[in-house]
Amino acid sequence: MVGQHFGILLVVLPLLAAPVTALLPNGRSSWAVVMAVMTLCLLMSLSILGDVINGHLIHYELGGWAPPWGIAYEIDGLNALMAVIINMIGTLVTIYAWYSVPADIPESKQPHFYAAYLLCFLGLLGMCMTGDIFNVFVFLEISSLSTYALVSMGRNRRALTASFQYLILGTIGATFFLIGIGLAYAATGSLNMADLAIRLSESAHTQTIHTALGFIFIGMALKAAMFPLHQWLPRAYTYAPVMVSVFLAGTATKVAVYVIARSVFTVFTPEYSLQTLLNELLIVFGAIAVIHGAARSIRQTSVKPLLAWSSLSQIGYFMIGIGLLSATGLMATMIHMFNHALIKSALFMAAGIWLYQTGSLRISSLGGMGKRMPLTFMATVIAGLSLIGVPGTVGFVSKWYLVLAAVEQQAWGIVAVIVLGSVMAIIYVWKLIETLYFQPVAMEPAQHNARHIERTPALILPTWILAIACIYLGLDTEVSVGAAEAAVNSLGLARP
Amino acid sequence: MNIADYVMWAMLVPLIGAVIISRLGRWPNIREAVTLITATILIGVVYRTYHNLQAGETGKLILAEPVPGLTIAFSVEPLGMLFAVVASLLWLVTSIYAIGYMRGHHEKNQTRFFTTFAVAIAATMGIIFSDNLLTLFLFYELLTISTYPLVVHSGTARARRSGRVYLGILMGTSIALMLPAIIVIWSQVGTLDFTAKGVMAGKVSPAWAMPLYLLFILGIGKAAVMPLHKWLPAAMVAPTPVSALLHAVAVVKAGVFSILKVTIYIFGPDFITSTGAGLWIIWLPTITILLASFIAMTRDNLKERLAYSTIGQLSYIVLGAVLANQMGLLGGSLHIAMHAFAKITLFFVAGAILVATHKTQVSQLNGLGRQMPFTFIFFAVGSASIIGLPPFGGMWSKWYLALGAVDAGQWAMLTVLMISSLLNIVYLLEIPARAFFPTMNSKICGGIKEAPVTCLIGMLIPSLICIYLFFNPEPFYSLAQLATR
Repeated sequence: MVGQHFGILLVVLPLLAAPVTALLPNGRSSWAVVMAVMTLCLLMSLSILGDVINGHLIHYELGGWAPPWGIAYEIDGLNALMAVIINMIGTLVTIYAWYSVPADIPESKQPHFYAAYLLCFLGLLGMCMTGDIFNVFVFLEISSLSTYALVSMGRNRRALTASFQYLILGTIGATFFLIGIGLAYAATGSLNMADLAIRLSESAHTQTIHTALGFIFIGMALKAAMFPLHQWLPRAYTYAPVMVSVFLAGTATKVAVYVIARSVFTVFTPEYSLQTLLNELLIVFGAIAVIHGAARSIRQTSVKPLLAWSSLSQIGYFMIGIGLLSATGLMATMIHMFNHALIKSALFMAAGIWLYQTGSLRISSLGGMGKRMPLTFMATVIAGLSLIGVPGTVGFVSKWYLVLAAVEQQAWGIVAVIVLGSVMAIIYVWKLIETLYFQPVAMEPAQHNARHIERTPALILPTWILAIACIYLGLDTEVSVGAAEAAVNSLGLARP
Repeated sequence: MNIADYVMWAMLVPLIGAVIISRLGRWPNIREAVTLITATILIGVVYRTYHNLQAGETGKLILAEPVPGLTIAFSVEPLGMLFAVVASLLWLVTSIYAIGYMRGHHEKNQTRFFTTFAVAIAATMGIIFSDNLLTLFLFYELLTISTYPLVVHSGTARARRSGRVYLGILMGTSIALMLPAIIVIWSQVGTLDFTAKGVMAGKVSPAWAMPLYLLFILGIGKAAVMPLHKWLPAAMVAPTPVSALLHAVAVVKAGVFSILKVTIYIFGPDFITSTGAGLWIIWLPTITILLASFIAMTRDNLKERLAYSTIGQLSYIVLGAVLANQMGLLGGSLHIAMHAFAKITLFFVAGAILVATHKTQVSQLNGLGRQMPFTFIFFAVGSASIIGLPPFGGMWSKWYLALGAVDAGQWAMLTVLMISSLLNIVYLLEIPARAFFPTMNSKICGGIKEAPVTCLIGMLIPSLICIYLFFNPEPFYSLAQLATR
C-alpha cells in the first residue's frame, strides 16, 4: 500500500520537485509543478489526519532501520494537524501565487523562487513529521535558509536588511537548538524523541539535561518569535513579497511552537517541565507578548506591520496555552494554531489585494476602498472578526479553549490577559475596517492600478476559501478539536 | 411545520429579505415593498410560533456543535415569545415610518440601510429564540456588528467616533466580562442550557454568585447600566428609525432580555435571593434610574434626552431582574413590551419633527403644536405611558415593579421608582407643553405642516397600542406570567 508511505512522501515529493522547478525555463511551468505537488501533499496530509483522528497512530521507519538507530516518523494528532495546516496554507498560497509572483518577482528569478518556496515548505513539513530530534534540526535549516532567500526577494530594498536580520537571529536560534540537542545526546546517547523521553526520565535531574532543555527552548523560541526574541518578525513579514508573508504568517512560527510543544510534552515530560521555570517563563512572557504585540499593532500606520504585530500577540496565546501544561491548554494552543493560520493568511491575502489595487498599504491611503472592492472587504471583515474572537468564527473556539484552560487552573490573571488581548484586537481590527469602509475616499481611481484586481480569481478565490473556512470551521470543529483531542489522547494527558 | 421550523423561519425570513433588498437598490419602491412584505411575513411566522406555543408544543432546533456538548440551538419559551411579538410588530411599524422618513430626509445609502436593518432583526430573532447562553452570546455579537453600519450611516467624523464608542463598549464588555463569566459557568456546571429554575444551584458555590452576576450585569452592555451607558447617547447620530427600533427596542431590549434570561434560566431567582447576589448589585440600576433622569433633564437635544430616558427605563427592567422575585420579574418582563411601544412613539415624533421642520432641540419646539398637532398628541400619549399614568399600558409594568420592590422589602427602591416617575413628568411632558402652550414672545407659525403620511401612520399605531394595552395587556401579561411563574 502506498498509503503507509504518505508520511515520508510528504517530504520526499517536494524535495524531488524543488530542483525540477529550479531548472524549468519560466515561472508558469514552475508554478504548475508546485501546484501539482501541493495538491498531492494536501490530499496525503488529509488522509493522514483522518487516520489519526480515528485513533491510528502512524509509525514509519525510514529505510526500515529500527529506531533509535534509524530515523522514525511518528505521527499523532499533534503533527498530523500541523501537516494539514502547512499543506492547506501552502496550496492556497500557491493559487494566490499565480497572480502574486509575476507581480512581485522578476521573470528570470521565478523558477528559483518557486524552488525556494518548495524547500521552505518541505522543511516545515519535515520538522513536524519527524520523530528524530536531529532530523528536526536538519529540516529547520532547510526551511530557514530558503526563508531568508524568499524574504530577501521583496520589492522594497529594505527586504534585504530584514532578511539579513532574520538570518543572523535565525542562525543563532538554530545554533542554540543544535547545542541543546548535543547536550541531550551527550547525556542519553539517543536522538529519537520517544527513546529520549525514556532515557531522560532516568537522568532527569542532571545539570546537562537542564541546560539542554534551556538551549532547545531558547533556540526554538527565537524561531517562533516569542517575546522577547521577536525582533526579526515584523520587519521580515512587512518587507517580504506578499505570498511569502502569507505563507510565513500561516505556518512558520507555528511549526516552531509545535517543536516546543513536542519537546515539553513528549521529550521532556510535563512533570519534568513543571519542575523547571519553563512554564512560568512561557506564561509570563506569553502574557507580555499578548499585550505588547496588540499595543504595537494598534499604533501601526500600515497594514502589513499591523498584521505582523498582531501575529506576535497571537504567539503569546500559543505560549500561554503550552505554559499551562494541561490537556486543555495544549488543546487550546493546537486549535488556536490551526485557526490562526486560517485567519492570518486570509488577512495577509486581503492585504495583498489592497496593495495590488492601490499600490500602497498605508492605512491612510486605503480610505473608502471597501466600497470599491466589496469582496475583499467582506473577507477582511470576516477574518478580522475571527481574529477578535467573535462567536460563530474559528477565533471564538480558540478563545473558548484558552479561557477554559486558564479557568480550570483558576488562573484569573491569565483570563484577564486573554480577554484584554481580545479587546485590544477589536481596536486594531476596527481601525482597519472603519478606514476601509466609512472614511472618505483617499485616492482618486486614476492613481490605482487600472484593472479591477479584485476580480482576479487567483487572488480572491483563496482569500474567500479561507474566509469561509473561518466561519464554517468555527461552527463545525471536527477537524481542529478532533485532532487536538486525538493528540491529547495519544500523549496520555489526563483531561478533567 | 412544527415549532422548531417556525423558529428557523423567524430568523431566515428577515435574512432572505435582506438579501433581496440588497439587490434592489435601483428600484426603491419595489425595495420598500419587499421590506414591508418581509416584515408582514415575519409577523405571520411569529404568530404561528405563538399559536403553537399556546398549544403546548415544544421543540428544539440544533444548528451546530462547535464545542463538544455545547450547541448552537434554538427553542421557544414565553419570555422570548413576548419579545418576539414586540420586535416583529414594531419592525413593520418602523418600516412604514422609515419609508417616509428616509425619503423625506433625503438620506443616502438607503439600500444599505434597509438591508442591515433586516439583518439586525434576524440577529434579534436569534437572541430571542436562543436555547443556551452560547447561542445568545453569538447573536448578541452579531447584533452589535450588524447595527454598527447603521450607527455610522452618515459617515461623518462624528458618526465614526460614535461608532467607535458603540462598538468598543458593546463588544468590549461582552468579550471582557460576559465571555469569562460564561466560560466559568461552563467549567463549573457543565451546561449552558436555559433551564427553568436555573442550572447553578448546588453546582456553583454561593460565594461565586455575586461576582458572576456582576459580570453579566456589566458584561451585557446593551442593557446600558451605568457606567457602561455612553454608547446609547452616542448611537443617536444614526437616522431616527434606527434610534427608534434598534436603540429603543431591539438592541437595548436584547440587553435587558439577556439579563432576564440569565437571571431566570441560568442563575434561577431562588439562587440569587438565597445567595444574596443581588444585594449590592441592585444599587447599580437604582443609581442609573436616578442619574439618567437627572441627565435627561439637562439635555436640550431631543433625541439625546430620549436616549437618557431609555437608559433610565432599561434599568427598571434590570431592577426587576435583580429583585429576583415573581412580581419584580413580571414587571420587568412586561416593561420590555410597554416601554417599547411608548418609546418608539417618542422617537418617531423626534424624527417627524426633524423631517418636517429640521429642528432637533427641545428649546426650538415652542409653539410647534399648532403646526404639528397630531405629532405632539402622539408624543403626549407615549410620555404618559412611560410615566406610568392610566389609561396607558406603561402603568402595568410600573405597578408590578413597585409590587416587586415591596415584596422584597426594598423601600429605597420603591422610593426611587416613584421619584423617577416624577422626573419623567418633568422632562417628557415639558415637550408637548412647550409645543401647545408657548410662552408669550415666541413666534407662532400658522397652518398645519405635518411629516409625511407614512410617518404619521407609524406614530399612530404604537400610540394606539399604548392605550389598548392598558385595557387588555395581552398577550404580554400571560406570557410574562408564564415565564416568571
